[in-house]
Amino acid sequence: MINKYPLWKYLLLALVVGAGCLFALPNLFGDDPAVQISPRNGVLATDIEQNLRSTLEEGGITNFSLREDDGRMLVLFANGDDQLKGRDLIQQNHSNRNTVALNLVPATPAWLRSIAKPMGLGLDLRGGVHFLMEVDVASAIKQAEAKYIDDFRTFLRGRDIRYRGARQTDNGVRVRFDDAEKRDAALAAIRSEYIDLELASVDEDAEFFIDARLTEIARENERRSALDQNIITLRNRVNELGVAEPIVQQQGRERIVVQLPGVQDTTIAKEILGATATLEYRMVHGTSTDWYAARDTGRIPANTKLYTLREDGSPILLQRRVIVTGDQIKDASSGIDTQSGSPAVFINLDGAGAKRMQDVSSENIGNPMAVVFIETQVTTVKKGDEYEKKRTRVEEVINVATIRDVLSHRFQTTGLDTGEARNLSLLLRAGALKAPVEIVEERTVGPSLGQENIDRGKMSVLIGLALVLIFMAVYYKAFGVIADLALVTNLVLIVALLSMLPTSLTLPGIAGIVLTVGMAVDANVLIFERIREELRNGQRVQDAIHAGYEKAFVTIADANVTTLIAAVVLFVFGTGPIKGFAITLSIGIITSMFTAIFGTRAIVNWLYGGKKLKTLPI
Amino acid sequence: MAKKQQNYDVRFDVMGLRKMATILSAALILISIVAIVLRGLNFGIDFTGGYIVEAGFEQPAELPAIREALASNGFEDAIVQHFGTTTEVLVRLAPAEGLTGAKVNTDVDRVLAGLGQGDVTMRRVEFVGPQVGEELREQGGLAVLIALFFIVIYIWLRFEKKFSVGAVAALVHDVVITVGFFAITQINFDLSVLAAILAVIGYSLNDTIVVFDRIRENFTEIRKKAPLEVMNISINQTLSRTIITSLTTLLVLSALFLLGGESIRSFAIALIIGVIVGTYSSIYVASNAVLSLGLTREDMLPVEKEGTELDDIP
Repeated sequence: MINKYPLWKYLLLALVVGAGCLFALPNLFGDDPAVQISPRNGVLATDIEQNLRSTLEEGGITNFSLREDDGRMLVLFANGDDQLKGRDLIQQNHSNRNTVALNLVPATPAWLRSIAKPMGLGLDLRGGVHFLMEVDVASAIKQAEAKYIDDFRTFLRGRDIRYRGARQTDNGVRVRFDDAEKRDAALAAIRSEYIDLELASVDEDAEFFIDARLTEIARENERRSALDQNIITLRNRVNELGVAEPIVQQQGRERIVVQLPGVQDTTIAKEILGATATLEYRMVHGTSTDWYAARDTGRIPANTKLYTLREDGSPILLQRRVIVTGDQIKDASSGIDTQSGSPAVFINLDGAGAKRMQDVSSENIGNPMAVVFIETQVTTVKKGDEYEKKRTRVEEVINVATIRDVLSHRFQTTGLDTGEARNLSLLLRAGALKAPVEIVEERTVGPSLGQENIDRGKMSVLIGLALVLIFMAVYYKAFGVIADLALVTNLVLIVALLSMLPTSLTLPGIAGIVLTVGMAVDANVLIFERIREELRNGQRVQDAIHAGYEKAFVTIADANVTTLIAAVVLFVFGTGPIKGFAITLSIGIITSMFTAIFGTRAIVNWLYGGKKLKTLPI
Repeated sequence: MAKKQQNYDVRFDVMGLRKMATILSAALILISIVAIVLRGLNFGIDFTGGYIVEAGFEQPAELPAIREALASNGFEDAIVQHFGTTTEVLVRLAPAEGLTGAKVNTDVDRVLAGLGQGDVTMRRVEFVGPQVGEELREQGGLAVLIALFFIVIYIWLRFEKKFSVGAVAALVHDVVITVGFFAITQINFDLSVLAAILAVIGYSLNDTIVVFDRIRENFTEIRKKAPLEVMNISINQTLSRTIITSLTTLLVLSALFLLGGESIRSFAIALIIGVIVGTYSSIYVASNAVLSLGLTREDMLPVEKEGTELDDIP
C-alpha cells in the first residue's frame, strides 16, 4: 500500500471546500436596517429615487443609501432609530402608490451579493408571526350551491315548468313540485343542462322533490378555487399591511400558512387577515311601520329581508335584490366626510358595478338606499369526540341615505368608526375572502427572544464544537487534529448548503447542527480505532491506514443510512421548526461522510502516505 | 496474502453480564410502561392545543399576584410558572370555547401590564387549535412507526432477519425508556421532544449497526469459537469506539442543555437519555436478542458465495 491520492482528488476537495467557503461567507456580514418600498402596481415610478432622497434629507436623515432590488426600492440606514424615523417619513409621502415596510437587508458586499446570499432565518430566530389558517371549504360549497336557487328559478320559468319553491338543505338544494309529472319533466331538463350537479328524485309524504348537490368533481373544483382565491386575497392583504418578505402558501388540503417576519402587533394582523368583512348596497323597502310590523309578527313581505340597524338595533326591511356587492368594488380608501366630519370609506366601483349603480339610482332618486356590513366568523368547537365548525354571520345596516343624485362609480359611505373605516377600506382594496378562515395555530416570537435564540444557538454550537475539538486532539493526537479540520470544514459546508437552499434556519435546526457536530466525528473514531487495532495486530503502517479506512467504510455507510432514514421521515411528517431540524440533520450526515472519510484520507495520504514509517501519531 | 496475527483478547466479559442486563432492561421497561399508563405524559400545547404566553418582566415576577389577576379576569384555569429565570413567566391556558383569535393575546397582555410589576414584554405567544393538536399527535406516532418500518427493511436487506429483530428490540427499548423518563419526571413533552426521539432512533441504530457489522465480520473470520464468544470479541473490539462517540455526542448535548435556553432544554434531555440508553442497548439488548434467537455461523454465510468459499478452506 502506498496510500497516495491522485491529483484530481485533491482538486475536487479544494473545489468543494473553496465553494463551501464562498457560499458560507455572506453569513459573516450581518444585516442593515432598511425600509423597502414596493409599488402597488408593480412598476416603480421613474423619479422615486430622487423623491426618496429629498424626502429623507428634508426630514434630517443624511446617512443612508438607496438600492433597487427585484422591482422594489431599498433604503438602507445606519441604525434602527433612523430606520423607524425614515419609515414614518416615507410612509407619509410615498404610501399612496407604494407599500412601505421595515426590513433587514444583508450587508453583504456588492461583489458577493450576486454570487451568494446568507441563510434565511426562521421566525423563531428573527421574530415575527406564524399563522395557520383553516379555510372553511364547506361554506364555500354551500355558497356555490345556494346560487342554484336563483338559477333554477330562471331556468324552470324559461321552460314553463311550475314548481313550489326551492331551499337550501344540509345536503344541497331541494326543489319542491306539485306532482311527479312536473318533477320528472324538471329533472330531465335540469339533468341535460347542469352537468355539475348530482340529482335525485325524492318522494316524501305525497310531496315531490328534486335534491340537487354538487358532484365530487365540482366540489373539488370549489375547494381548489376557494383556496386559490383566499391565498390571493391574503397576499393582497399582507401587502397592504406592509410586511417585508411574507410567506403565504397552501399547506395540506384546506390550510394556508401565513408568515410575517418582524410583525409584532398580532392583533392588527389577525384582524386584517381573518376578516371577512364586506359591503352590500340594497334599496330600502317600505316605511318604519312596515319594519316594526315585520319584526313583531315575523311575517316578512315577499322579496325583502329583515335587518337591524347598527346604530340603535331597530329593524329595517331591505329588498332582496342587491345593487352592488363588495366584489364589484375596485378601490377604496378611508378618510373624513367633509360635510358631516365623520369617518368615511370612499368607494370606487368597477365598470359593471358602476353601470348598475347608475341604473338603479337614476330610477330611485328620492328613495332611501342602505349599506349592509357583513362579517362571518368561524370557530371550531369540540362536540363529544368530533370537531365541529360554528359559523356566526353578522349582517348589519350601517347607513341609510336618500339618493339625491344619480350615483356612478365613485361615492362614499359613512356609519363606521375611524378604525373600522380604515380596516374596511383595506379589506375592500385587497378583495374578499371566498370562504371564511379560522386561525388554528399561531406562533409569535418577539424580536428580543429571536436575538437571544440566535445568541444561545451560536454559543452552544461553538462550545460544543470546542469541546469535541479538544477531546479529539488529545485522544488521537495528530490524527485527532486532522479529524478536527474535517469537523470545522463540515460545519462550513453545512452553512454553505443551508445558504444555497431555499429553507430557513430555525432553533431546532441549530440543535440539528449541534447534534451533527457530536456525531460527525463518529466516522473518524471508527476509522482511527480500526487503524489502531490493525497496528496492534502487527500490520505495517501503510497497510493499517488502508485497512482502517477500507473496513470502516461499510460500517459508516450502514450507520449513516439508517440515521438518514429517520431524518427523512422527520422531514416528510414534521411541520415548521421540526422540518428545520430534519434538514440540518440530513445535510450534516451527508457532508460529514464527505469530510470525515474523503477529507481526512486526503490529508492523511498527503502527510503520511508512501512514507516508510514505524509508528503513527494516533 | 500475508497471514494476519489477529488479536482476539476479551478484555471485558461483556456478555457475561447479560443475565443481569436482561433483568435491568426488563425492569426499566416495566417501570416506563407503568409510568406511561398511570401518570401519562405532560403533553405540551403542540399536542393538546391551547395557549402559551411567555412574558418578560423587568424585575422578578410575583407568581401569586399574576395568578390572582388572571383568575379575576376570567382565566381561572391559567397555569402560571417561571420560565428559566424569575423575570420570565409562562402562562398556559387549556383550549376552551372562545379561546381563539386576538382576544386572549390582548387580554393577557392587559392583565400582565396592569399588575404594577413594571414593564412587561411579550416574548412569545403560541396558540394551537385543538384539531391541530390532535393531528400532530397522530402524525407524530405515525412518523415513529414509519421510521421503524423502513429501518427494519433496511437492516433486513443489509444483514439478516435475526439482526433486524435485534435492532428493533433495541429501538423499542430505547424509545419506551426515553418516553418513560418523560412520564416519570413529567417534563413537558412537546414537538421538539418527538423530533429528539426520532433522532434517538437514528442514533441508537447507528451504534447497533457498528456492533452488528463487527459480529458479521468476525463470524466469517473466527471459525473455531462459539457464537457467544464471537459476540464478546466483537463487542470488545468496538467498545472504545462506542464509548468515545457517545462521549463526544454527550459533550455537545450538555452544551446544548446548559446554553441552549429553556425552550430547547427538554429536547436536549430527551437526546441525552436516548444516547445513554441507546449505547447500552446496542450491546445488551440488540446483541443479546440476536444471541437468544440462536444466531449460527450458517446464518451469516451468503449462499451465492459458496464457490469462492471453497478455495479458502485450508
